[in-house]
Amino acid sequence: MIILFYIAGAIAVISTAAVIVQTNIVHALLYLILSLLAVAVVFYVLGAPFAAALEAIVYAGAILVLFLFVIMMLNLGQHTRDQERSWLNARMFVAPAIMSALLLGQFLNVMSQIDQDMAIARVGVMEVSALLFGPYVLAVELASILLLAGLVSAYHLAKK
Amino acid sequence: MLELIWLLPTFPLLGFLALVLTGGTLPKQIAGPIGTGSIGLSFAVAALIAIEFIGSGEDFFVYEAWTWMSVGDFNPGFTFYLDGLSTVMMLVITGVGFLIHLYATGYMADDPSFARFFSYMNLFVAAMLMLVLGDNLVLLYLGWEGVGLCSYLLIGFWYTNPANGYAARKAFVVTRVGDTSMAIGLFLLFAQLGTLNIQDLMHAAEGEWEVGSGYAVAAALLLLGGAAGKSAQLPLQTWLPDAMAGPTPISALIHAATMVTAGVYLIARTHILFELAPSVQLLVAWIGLATLLISGFTAMTQSDIKRVLAYSTVSQIGYMFLGLGVGAWSASVFHLMTHAFFKALLFLASGTVILSLHHEQNIFKMGALRKALPVSFASFLIGSLALTAFPFTSGYFSKDEILLGALAVEGVGTWLWLGGVIGAFFTGIYTFRLFFIVFFGESNVEHHVDKEVGGWHMNGPLIILMILALVGGFIHVPVEAVFSHGEAHDEHHVSGLIHGIMIAVPLIGIGISYLFFMSKTFSVEKLMSSGLAQSLHKFWLGGWGFDTLYNALLVNPFLFLARINRKDLVDSFYALIVTLSQVANGMIVRTQTGSLRWYALTLVGGLVIIVTLGVLL
Amino acid sequence: METIPVEHGLILAGILFCLGLIGVLTRRNIVFVLMSLEVMLNASGLAFIVAATRWGHAEGQVMFLMILTLAAAEVAVGLGLIIQMFRRYQTVDISALSEMKG
Repeated sequence: MIILFYIAGAIAVISTAAVIVQTNIVHALLYLILSLLAVAVVFYVLGAPFAAALEAIVYAGAILVLFLFVIMMLNLGQHTRDQERSWLNARMFVAPAIMSALLLGQFLNVMSQIDQDMAIARVGVMEVSALLFGPYVLAVELASILLLAGLVSAYHLAKK
Repeated sequence: MLELIWLLPTFPLLGFLALVLTGGTLPKQIAGPIGTGSIGLSFAVAALIAIEFIGSGEDFFVYEAWTWMSVGDFNPGFTFYLDGLSTVMMLVITGVGFLIHLYATGYMADDPSFARFFSYMNLFVAAMLMLVLGDNLVLLYLGWEGVGLCSYLLIGFWYTNPANGYAARKAFVVTRVGDTSMAIGLFLLFAQLGTLNIQDLMHAAEGEWEVGSGYAVAAALLLLGGAAGKSAQLPLQTWLPDAMAGPTPISALIHAATMVTAGVYLIARTHILFELAPSVQLLVAWIGLATLLISGFTAMTQSDIKRVLAYSTVSQIGYMFLGLGVGAWSASVFHLMTHAFFKALLFLASGTVILSLHHEQNIFKMGALRKALPVSFASFLIGSLALTAFPFTSGYFSKDEILLGALAVEGVGTWLWLGGVIGAFFTGIYTFRLFFIVFFGESNVEHHVDKEVGGWHMNGPLIILMILALVGGFIHVPVEAVFSHGEAHDEHHVSGLIHGIMIAVPLIGIGISYLFFMSKTFSVEKLMSSGLAQSLHKFWLGGWGFDTLYNALLVNPFLFLARINRKDLVDSFYALIVTLSQVANGMIVRTQTGSLRWYALTLVGGLVIIVTLGVLL
Repeated sequence: METIPVEHGLILAGILFCLGLIGVLTRRNIVFVLMSLEVMLNASGLAFIVAATRWGHAEGQVMFLMILTLAAAEVAVGLGLIIQMFRRYQTVDISALSEMKG
């Protein structure tokens, strides 16, 4: 089981790296879906099946599909591939890579000082729902309002 | 009745307010009576007060209107102090002032800014009354500054002509130098003696300072500076001739009868201080003598009718200073009063002449006017006789007393007396030069004179002043109590020769003037033909070069400095701040590229920095 | 009971986050930027789940749900904006959005 964690983690990292260097946008999107599914596996291994399901269904299934719709609508497909290739060169990666490396380095530095283990205990749907309908019901309502706002603005912005 | 003394400056002040708050728009039928009536009321009250005061035989009377300020031990009040000296001054100011105001209603009748003129005049009289009636030096200084302000406003009354503005500024700045000196003197007196109430001050000074002590000399010298500025004596006499740019009634009121006598009043008021500093008192006499001789010479060369009278005023005040300097206090005050009469008379008469000739002021464009302008002729005759101290005119008595007082001083007294006599000689010459050129000889008038400008407004005051100039010498000035222990007692047992010389010298001057300008026995042109005469004439005409000297010494360097500082050195420091912030802005603005990627990059860069700091610290 | 060191989970989240960051800064196509942004959000969600496992509570999953909702709304609005931008500028180049200069 623990092995699964590391394998899925490696897949997630590799496919995310693939996303950011792709020139074909649809391919990048597919790699992203792969990455998200790998992360869903990680969630499951960590004992959060509900989160895994949500990740797969909502994130990979709804959000990225939405992305796909828009990409299709904008007709960003094959013919922009050359444009993408021209924009993406190694020189562009220098500064972001340096900064990310710095950030990651500090993060690793801090993390290495933690020396705790986590026990994989299964926290099921029941516990999560109990919380959602219990202490965090207000958060749920606010989330729905947020979604409503997103809905209205998306409709308005995408209108002709 | 004496308590009504507070009404004296109040009436003119109310008149000023009434005329000013209506924005100078009142028609002259209303503004004239307001302006003149207020002074008339003041005069009436002053006369009643004077009668009661003199009749009561008291030495002085104090009336406190209210406390001005109260700071620790220093509490000057709006307190009026009435004694013989202030009685004389207040009667002269309100009386002669009333006559001049009445004259001005006629003189300024065609002027559009009639109400503004009377508002300034009323303010002036109010301030002058404060000056002479105040019992502490702070109130006196208030009046001092007030008359200075009104002098500026009135000299530059016709402000649309920039030359008038220049003359007004010159007067203000020069008297300012004197005012500053006086203010420092007040500071010194207060710091040393702890009070500015005049009577207390005099007693304290007598008690604490010995004769000739440093403080006394310093204080007296500083007060002398202020007096010399206001009274146009050496070295601050340059402003008075240029002040003739103002309308003639104010030349009469301010620059003949009242404001320029403020300096004389100041010295007379603080005479104990001057007695404690005999060197300064002698300096007063020398200043007076020098001024009267210098301006006497200058007056002989002038061609503007008002400038002759202006230099004559400077000269006569020199006589008053001479009298103060030798300790003849009541003689000086007496001369002040008689001078107010005959000088106001002369100025007002010259105003009539100027107006009748349609604003012509050059005497060489006048001549043979005695038939055309009878009232002016008579006024000028009487005024000139009084000015030259013709026997039994008012001027004769007062000038004589001063000269006798000068003679009584040991040592230099003879020189002072001699100087005064020479001055009288020249007074005779220039006064009657003016008289003969204007009223006799051939007519050089360009425009024909129809008739004399007059009316009871203008002729009435002239007639009254004529009477006063003739009989004023018999008025007794009730100032013995004021100067009782400082008086140079007039037990003059002088020989008849001295008296004879003093009578004869002006007459000789008149005679010489007659020979030159009337009968033309001697020719002015021949006298002027030599190069020496030409250069002397030019030198005296320019006021002995004082204006040029001050220009070169003070005005031009100041203008030069102002010019090189045109960019304003101090301001450039603040401009530097502006420039610096603009440069910084220019540098920072370059980060606002508008490019979204650049913003994202800087965002992440900032994040990295903060995280680094968080980790390190 | 099997255990995983906490820092491994968090390191995974950190790596994914930094990869997403690189993607945001590097790409010029705005759709790619948005995708990288999603990667970052996902990484932070992972961090929350790791924390939930560490403490054994369900609150972490609740938080993850909130983050998910947020990401959904954000993507909706973001894509709407992208459509607007495409209509206006006829390109998805991010350099076209540079009018706020100076």
